[in-house]
Amino acid sequence: MEPGVDQNISRRSFLNNLLGIGVVGWLGSVLFPIFEYLKVPPQSEAEPTSVVAAKFKDLKPNHSVVFKFGSAPAILLNGPDGKMRAFSGVCTHLQCTVQYRPDMQKIWCACHNGMYDLNGRNIAGPPPKPLQEYKVVVKGDDVIVSKA
Amino acid sequence: MGGLKDKLEAWVQERIDLVPIREFAAKKKVPQFVGSFWYYFGGVSLFLFIIQVVTGILLLMYYQPGAQTAFESVRFIVVKVKFGWLIRSIHSWSANLMIFSVFVHMFSVYFTKAFRKPRELTWYSGFILLLLSMGFGFSGYLLPWNTLAFFATKVGTSIAAVLPVLGEPMLELLRAGKDVSTATLTRFYGLHVAILPAVFTVILGAHLMLVQMMGMHEPEGWKSLPAEKRRYMPFFPNFVLRDLLLWLIVLNVLAILAVAFPWEIGFKADPFISAPAGIKPEWYFLFMYQALKYFPAKMGMMEGEAVGVMLFGVGGLLWFLVPLWDTRTPSGARNRTITWVGLFVILFIIALSAVGLR
Repeated sequence: MEPGVDQNISRRSFLNNLLGIGVVGWLGSVLFPIFEYLKVPPQSEAEPTSVVAAKFKDLKPNHSVVFKFGSAPAILLNGPDGKMRAFSGVCTHLQCTVQYRPDMQKIWCACHNGMYDLNGRNIAGPPPKPLQEYKVVVKGDDVIVSKA
Repeated sequence: MGGLKDKLEAWVQERIDLVPIREFAAKKKVPQFVGSFWYYFGGVSLFLFIIQVVTGILLLMYYQPGAQTAFESVRFIVVKVKFGWLIRSIHSWSANLMIFSVFVHMFSVYFTKAFRKPRELTWYSGFILLLLSMGFGFSGYLLPWNTLAFFATKVGTSIAAVLPVLGEPMLELLRAGKDVSTATLTRFYGLHVAILPAVFTVILGAHLMLVQMMGMHEPEGWKSLPAEKRRYMPFFPNFVLRDLLLWLIVLNVLAILAVAFPWEIGFKADPFISAPAGIKPEWYFLFMYQALKYFPAKMGMMEGEAVGVMLFGVGGLLWFLVPLWDTRTPSGARNRTITWVGLFVILFIIALSAVGLR
């Protein structure tokens, strides 16, 4: 083997490798900022711990109201027994917003027929977990819901 | 007038050699047999795509993304802009017909085994075009920012999140945050009017080029027929004129649908109301939606839904790779398994869609 030729080949492959590393590095330096750019920066939103959900006199037994609790919907229901309960309004299955069905006396999600009882427990359909429950306090005419 | 045409042709000919193009056009031919009808669906899909581009650009003239403006601008198009209702209705109807036509085109290619050597690349590019078309459908659905669109997007993107490891990052990438919000709308808008059209156009170009390079597929057993039984139709002008006639018919059907059944705008999306009863995805996602309902909440270590989504992923991948597992692809012999698998897939899609529609 001629040493000169061998040297030439290794020089070529060395340069090719260098070029390859350069290309990879260049790709990385282009793609990384794009990837990072697409991630939405966290917005510091003050999440309230309590909110006035409804006026007591407006909410008859066996009725409900969906209200805004911070950035997510929540549901306040006056049960058929006249007891006030509040839950997160976000279905634990695929995050649709649930509703109260006075005819069934259940909390129901229209998207995939998920069902929760009056205590927010998942009793039928696909929801894997119960709804998160909130604390309800009636102060004068205000129904105040807070994260327990 | 003939003089002017000749002069123009001579002018072009001096600069570009048109002879090979003319020879190519003169030689291109289409086999004539019972199944020739199915050859038209690629062209129909292309025509509907062109309609989507034209009406889409027209809608762009007035549409404004954003939670405060999207619904209002679509309503403005439909109520105030002259023929706005028509343009919007055609865009929606044509989108649905295009998906349907693409499905018919795909199944006809599948059953005639036109994906076989040397047309594997045409099949692969076609499948990618199908996925992109569904991406168009999914992203475009949100743009009017109505209640149905809002919850459909919530559910559709949540489904991505059931996948292990990659699910959460994918969800946030799609939604531009943890929730479906105005940021999602902006992102879907960019996807629908810039990214998808750009990618689609490039792949469509490749797809059409491959079709031209390989010529029309001849059905199984065609080669063994005696020469006098193998009838062909010249592509120019016979097939093209029939193509154009069919496009005209499709345009008329589209116009009738768009006028007789104008697409509704629905109600403006409100993140703080309950999902309405009877909510369903678009019909071409219905079979997957319905199938996922049958998976139990938990399957071993995994969530049932995740298993379902992964099964659909594997199924789609196998469908995409059919030229590889059709062992008779290289020899071009009959393969009944392929036909049975295809029939099963069609029946599966129709049956589950029908149940889901109820």
